[in-house]
Amino acid sequence: MEYQPVIGLEVHVQLNTSTKIFCGCSTEFGSQPNSQVCPVCLGLPGCLPVLNKKAFAYAVKVAMALNCRIAEYTKFDRKNYFYPDLPKNYQISQYDLPLGEDGFLNIRQNGNIKRIGIRRVHLEEDAGKLIHVSDSSLVDFNRTGIPLLEIVSCPDINSPQEAYDYLISLKQIIRYLGVSSCDMEKGILRCDANISVKRQGDSELGTKTELKNMNSFRGVREALDFEIRRQVKLLENKQRVIQETRLWDAQKHMTYSMRTKEEAQDYRYFPEPDLPPFIIDAEMQREIKKSLPELPQAKELRFIQDYQLSEYYAHLLTSDREIADFFEYCVKLYPQAKVLANWMCGSLLAELNSRNLALGELNLSPENFVDLIRLAQEGKVSNVVAKGVLRDMIDTGQTAGEIIQKKNISQISDPDALKEIIDIVIKENEKSVRDYLGGRENAIMFLVGQVMRKSKSKANPKAVLEILRSRLNK
Amino acid sequence: MNLNELTAHQLLEMIRDRQVSQLDVLDSLRRRIEQVEPQIRAYVRLEGRGDILGCIDTSVDGFESSELRGIPVSIKDNICTRGYNTECCSRILQGFRPPYHATVVKKLIDAGAYVMQIKNNMDEFAFGSSTENSCFGPTRNPWDLERVVGGSSGGCAAAIAADEAVVALGSDTGGSIRQPASFCGVVGLKPTYGRVSRFGLIAFASSLDQIGPITKDVQDAALLLKIIAGYDPLDSTSVDMPVPDYTQALINDIKHIKIGVPQEYFIEGIDEQVREITLQAIEKLRQLGAQVYDISLPHTEYAVPVYYIIATAEASSNLARFDGVQYGIRSTDQNPGIDNKIIQMYKTTRGEGFGDEVKRRVILGTFALSYGYYEAYYLRAQKVRTMIREDFERAFNTVDCIVTPTSPSVAFKIGEKIQNPLQMYLSDIFTISANLAGIPAISLPCGFTDKGLPVGLQILARGFNEEMLFRVAYTYEQNTEWHLRKPEINGIPACNRS
Amino acid sequence: MAIDKETVSYVAHLARIRLSERELDLLSRQLEDIVNFIDKLKEIDILAVKPTSHVLPIKNLFREDKPTKSLNINEVLNNAPSQRDSFFVVPKIIE
Repeated sequence: MEYQPVIGLEVHVQLNTSTKIFCGCSTEFGSQPNSQVCPVCLGLPGCLPVLNKKAFAYAVKVAMALNCRIAEYTKFDRKNYFYPDLPKNYQISQYDLPLGEDGFLNIRQNGNIKRIGIRRVHLEEDAGKLIHVSDSSLVDFNRTGIPLLEIVSCPDINSPQEAYDYLISLKQIIRYLGVSSCDMEKGILRCDANISVKRQGDSELGTKTELKNMNSFRGVREALDFEIRRQVKLLENKQRVIQETRLWDAQKHMTYSMRTKEEAQDYRYFPEPDLPPFIIDAEMQREIKKSLPELPQAKELRFIQDYQLSEYYAHLLTSDREIADFFEYCVKLYPQAKVLANWMCGSLLAELNSRNLALGELNLSPENFVDLIRLAQEGKVSNVVAKGVLRDMIDTGQTAGEIIQKKNISQISDPDALKEIIDIVIKENEKSVRDYLGGRENAIMFLVGQVMRKSKSKANPKAVLEILRSRLNK
Repeated sequence: MNLNELTAHQLLEMIRDRQVSQLDVLDSLRRRIEQVEPQIRAYVRLEGRGDILGCIDTSVDGFESSELRGIPVSIKDNICTRGYNTECCSRILQGFRPPYHATVVKKLIDAGAYVMQIKNNMDEFAFGSSTENSCFGPTRNPWDLERVVGGSSGGCAAAIAADEAVVALGSDTGGSIRQPASFCGVVGLKPTYGRVSRFGLIAFASSLDQIGPITKDVQDAALLLKIIAGYDPLDSTSVDMPVPDYTQALINDIKHIKIGVPQEYFIEGIDEQVREITLQAIEKLRQLGAQVYDISLPHTEYAVPVYYIIATAEASSNLARFDGVQYGIRSTDQNPGIDNKIIQMYKTTRGEGFGDEVKRRVILGTFALSYGYYEAYYLRAQKVRTMIREDFERAFNTVDCIVTPTSPSVAFKIGEKIQNPLQMYLSDIFTISANLAGIPAISLPCGFTDKGLPVGLQILARGFNEEMLFRVAYTYEQNTEWHLRKPEINGIPACNRS
Repeated sequence: MAIDKETVSYVAHLARIRLSERELDLLSRQLEDIVNFIDKLKEIDILAVKPTSHVLPIKNLFREDKPTKSLNINEVLNNAPSQRDSFFVVPKIIE
């Protein structure tokens, strides 16, 4: 029997404002617990929230980038529940009038575009952190009040891979907006998943479980994989799926039930009386819209059109705004887009990956990068050597010219300079010379290789070939 | 003449003329507190203090030119003072010392006031109308020690009436400034919602709470409001509007002022003498030149139920933070049951830390917000609140202010209503509407019953029109002598001001 | 409307307040009186009425994203019933 998974994702993203959502405490983590707190974020009696303008604008930006309908009138509500990481024992959140609703984002599935609905985007305050020790739990409120964006997808996701692609795409968009790093390993982005399975063709949904505790995008994909198999197995054995919250164990590679008595949630939402409502009028919408950058999918299309790049290169180059911006800067200095794309997607991205660094963290200016490509294209340095030079440039911050000069590795094309090496090679490889003269055309390539070796790759292979030919054909 | 019996504006004049110093005022106040406090109990946590009259902070610069020049201000136990106990007269906040000042406290200090360390008694978390719900026990009415002072700002009103304070700041959520002011024969003002910052006022019901002055006369109320009013970037619900010099509104003339008298406030159940005395006061206003009109506020009868839903719902959420984690008491008592340890800690801490009325209201408010009841109670109450607001908007299209009794009764006996919460709630029936509509209201003395108990007259005006209240109240006060009467406290002779 | 002990018990649990048997009895009766009283609101037609959450016409009140001073750690922990190594300590939460 074929089963179809039905998946909805609930993503929380911390916004990278300098201060918290309702007070002026810094959002940078101090090493000491409870060092980035004030009476407001500690919820001390009599203290009142005042909304961070930037956090609000960031949230609206994300909602717009996700094609949401922006609320003209939005407000905050109190979500009431007791938990020691929640200093007021209510969370200031948004309930019935979130700032964005009914959006979507596109993912690519086997060359096709699939649209995943976004149910809502709303702004709220983050809770503190609990550390559990043997006899007690310890509370640190530094994280309390960091602006948190909740993005809830529609149950439009039908496979773990789609869920993974959704997250990648979401992260890309939010990073393009520059409002969050979306680093899931660091907890900047968190993701819970609702998952059920139904028989192919059935209209009725199966019982869903909620998955928590995933710490990476891969973890989300694996947890969903496991959970689908678990649910299908239950159904095949004529057992029931129980509606519950399950935690992903990344070590054991399985989900397990929280096994706590889950009482019916009764959050007693009501409008936050301490915060007057927010009106996002046409002008404010226009202003925020104007500040939106070109988003990844639009940029990809433009790269294909403007620079005649392959879809593959365009996709790679637009996966990160920094990389795309670097590319476009370089193109202005050196208009051979395809050559540039080749260098960036090949050598440069490989360097980034092997170092696990972002482009901005590298010691490499577009000007220097383009200089290197130009030297290679003009034959001043061989391609193989150029790759090494790039590595050195990143390591030392020196220019290509400096490195080439210091290491004396500029390409030798001058026949007089090459003559000496070629003479030696001809002398040392009489058999190959005979083979060539006897009609084996290929043997000359062996001789070229020998010259290259002796010159430590500095010889210009084209020039070597020419000189060899003319010498031997005499 | 004892200095403690004078008003702030009288003292300021004397200090300015160097007839007395602010230290003389404190001495006089200290003696009075020692003399009458054993009977009245307007202050809390007096025991074991070295000097009962320490002040919390002083402004160093410009004292000579400051507006309040060391005038002592006494404040309610729910207004935060940095480093000094602020406990809302609740066991759960025992020992709590906030690391911040309320904005009003800062403003007072900046104006040269001497904000007293000791604070005034109140109903626990301002839940009550008699100051009997205090973990420190009730305050007694200076006019009759067997009677309540009203509430919840009962300590403030009693301290003013007994001349144990010069001026005081209370808070008013449903009448908590005006009703005790009327029970004690003093002046109490609830400003327009948003006029005074709530930052540092421990919240009861956030959409209704407002800090205001309790004073010996109208002029002092204007003087104090001028200092504490104004926009505060720490309170999103405070309004960014210029603060007028309210003392300029103290005009002894109400000719052509249109006064509305709502028929719904003279209903059955109102004390016969209160009705008589209030009607006489209205007659007096007419004689002074005002035009008096009968008006209707048709949704008045719904104010109390609306209030008890909205106020308790907001309170249930505001008081959730008192859980024994960061401050206050924590119970380590374990009770058997299915709850885990942390839930047990919450439940026992709150069970032991809250008094009966707090438990009652938090549970009522939680119920009104809980699943399946939100629409029937909370949402419906918010809608009826709109209708009550609209009643006032309509009324103020035809009149400049509205005059009513402050309370349907005079001060009742201690213990008389404590067993009947609903009866107690109804004593706020005339004051609640102003909070629901967000409009300003003042209570001032307008007579005494044959038992010698004070009766209060309430005046209400359009939002941000406190000047109208001051003008009408000041004119009435200038042409009557009720505010000059002083109580005789248990054989301690009163000294009437001339 | 009748408010039974079970309802009060449930609500007290939501509000995290321990009640003695005696309190539970008393509160059930008192709440029933109060709820019957506030049920008076059900007689009004509210169909076309908008709810009031804020009496003021204030909107869009923001602060700039500028840091202010946080409390020092002594001020933070000064009132704490239980603390250790700069943390607040609570009974262990079983997960």
